[in-house]
Amino acid sequence: MIIDLEKFMATGRPFWTELEKFLDRLENGTSGRLDLAQLRHFHHLYERASADLAKIMTFSAEPELQRYLENLVARAYGEIHETRERRRRVAFWPWITQTLPQTFRRQVRAFHLSVAITLVGCAFGALAIAFDPEAKSVIMPFPHLQGDPADRVAHEENADDDRMTDGKTSFSATLMTHNTKVSILALALGMSWGIGTILLLFYNGVILGAIAFDYARAGQTEFLLGWLLPHGAVEIPAILIAGQAGLVLAGALVGWGKRIPLTERLRAVAGDLMTLIFGVGLLLIWAGIIESFLSQYHEPVIPYAVKIAFGCVELVLLFLYLSRAGSSGQTPRAP
Amino acid sequence: MSKTNTLLIRTPEGVVFSQLLAGPVTRFLAWVLDFFCVLVVLMVVNIILSFAMVISMDMGVALLTLAFFVISIGYGIALEWWWRGQTLGKRVLRLRVVDAGGLRLHFHQIVLRNLLRFVDSLPFFYLVGGIACLVSRRAQRLGDLAANTVVIRIPRLVEPDLEQILAGKFNSLRAHPHLEARLRQRVSPAEAAAALQAITRRDEFEPVARLKLFSELSGHFRAKVEFPAEAVEGIADEQHVRNVVDVSYRPRAADKK
Repeated sequence: MIIDLEKFMATGRPFWTELEKFLDRLENGTSGRLDLAQLRHFHHLYERASADLAKIMTFSAEPELQRYLENLVARAYGEIHETRERRRRVAFWPWITQTLPQTFRRQVRAFHLSVAITLVGCAFGALAIAFDPEAKSVIMPFPHLQGDPADRVAHEENADDDRMTDGKTSFSATLMTHNTKVSILALALGMSWGIGTILLLFYNGVILGAIAFDYARAGQTEFLLGWLLPHGAVEIPAILIAGQAGLVLAGALVGWGKRIPLTERLRAVAGDLMTLIFGVGLLLIWAGIIESFLSQYHEPVIPYAVKIAFGCVELVLLFLYLSRAGSSGQTPRAP
Repeated sequence: MSKTNTLLIRTPEGVVFSQLLAGPVTRFLAWVLDFFCVLVVLMVVNIILSFAMVISMDMGVALLTLAFFVISIGYGIALEWWWRGQTLGKRVLRLRVVDAGGLRLHFHQIVLRNLLRFVDSLPFFYLVGGIACLVSRRAQRLGDLAANTVVIRIPRLVEPDLEQILAGKFNSLRAHPHLEARLRQRVSPAEAAAALQAITRRDEFEPVARLKLFSELSGHFRAKVEFPAEAVEGIADEQHVRNVVDVSYRPRAADKK
């Protein structure tokens, strides 16, 4: 049977136009909250367009009309069958006090794994420097770290002029953007079934372990702690959280012991990944400011004890925040 | 699973709708357009912030560093959120990012697919993303796979102009109502659709191909129902096919009741 196209279009057009206008309002957010009668009417229009599409696909293959109706049904389908909550505005305070720490705790196993990989890297870096001091030039990427730590400390402590003059803000911005890029890469490499994320965390650990061992062996532990702790107390956990996000993504991709399909697994963690990486971004802004404005100043300008105490306080506060904040509220599901 | 260029979605109501997936080449062209847009924005910001550098070099450089970072990452996220899955490049090439399940596109999906460009763009010119796009069933780069999104082509939506397509004037087949009814009964929807397509797209064919096509179609329909000679002789093959389409898609007024 071939339908009478002219009659079909004349009958259907008013309903299609009304549905189109409805959808425009919904998509632009100008429809407000629909009441029950409006919802029923919207559903009726959707069903009517669906029926028309089915009819034209069965009885007539007029492609232009079919494409038009397919587009209409596709848009209405997305609005009607969507069950995830739509958030047009993000409330920052509830997000920072509840959503972020709760998400961190929900995915804490991946964080533990991230810490473990970094610690293995640290051990590797320390052992490499211990058994082969020549490895320093290969492992340490920054030229100022390749000399004798005692010489560097003496140079930094005896410096007469402030080498950060007129450069603190730009240095801070460079640190923020660079570290955020590395963190996003750690997340994105989760798509390599986690191999890229693991390598990045391991390499980070290797550098950290090598530097720590090098300075500790040279008897410069106090300088090391005073230099690294103020910003590292936030920066290192931030990179670990980025690694956590990458491992969560990898976990969803691999899907060990989960019977749900890949698309559903990825859908389930997508919201958590966004929350974690935005959290990492915030932490790195703070770390960038501290590294530029505090970490680069040593004794006698700022006593090491003050810098170490500052770093310890940051670390404790961050630990309390991630482990306690939002624990009284309801744990939200990933959006 | 085999590669497809169509996203098929079956609704709980049992209706299947399809959307045409965008290929890697079109997507790359859209990206090139976006790249130039970002470049222009960065140049403008650079000029504006050069005034700030006169006041404080340190502050100016810091603002520039942050602006470059925010614009290069935020461009895709912001535009795809405001324009519901479209950037400027995608808008020009009529592409749109949509949820792979046909559902509403969410902000975290947009963020995720844009952040994963860091991997898709490796090692240069989106090689990883391009390969993923070529081998994945629904032409998805890694960011799309993670965010569960696809990029579709947006068709130009125009209602068919029936007056232009159908005969509208004298139709010799209408003079024989019983044969007309038999023709309508024997012509399948697919055959009618093929004839309708031929009429709609007649101006796109080469003259020789056009003559050959309408000759074959006309011969096919003439064999279905034999009309008296005065109804079919003396009219061109194309007019005959047009008359068949008219009869198929526009039953006479009496039949409509």
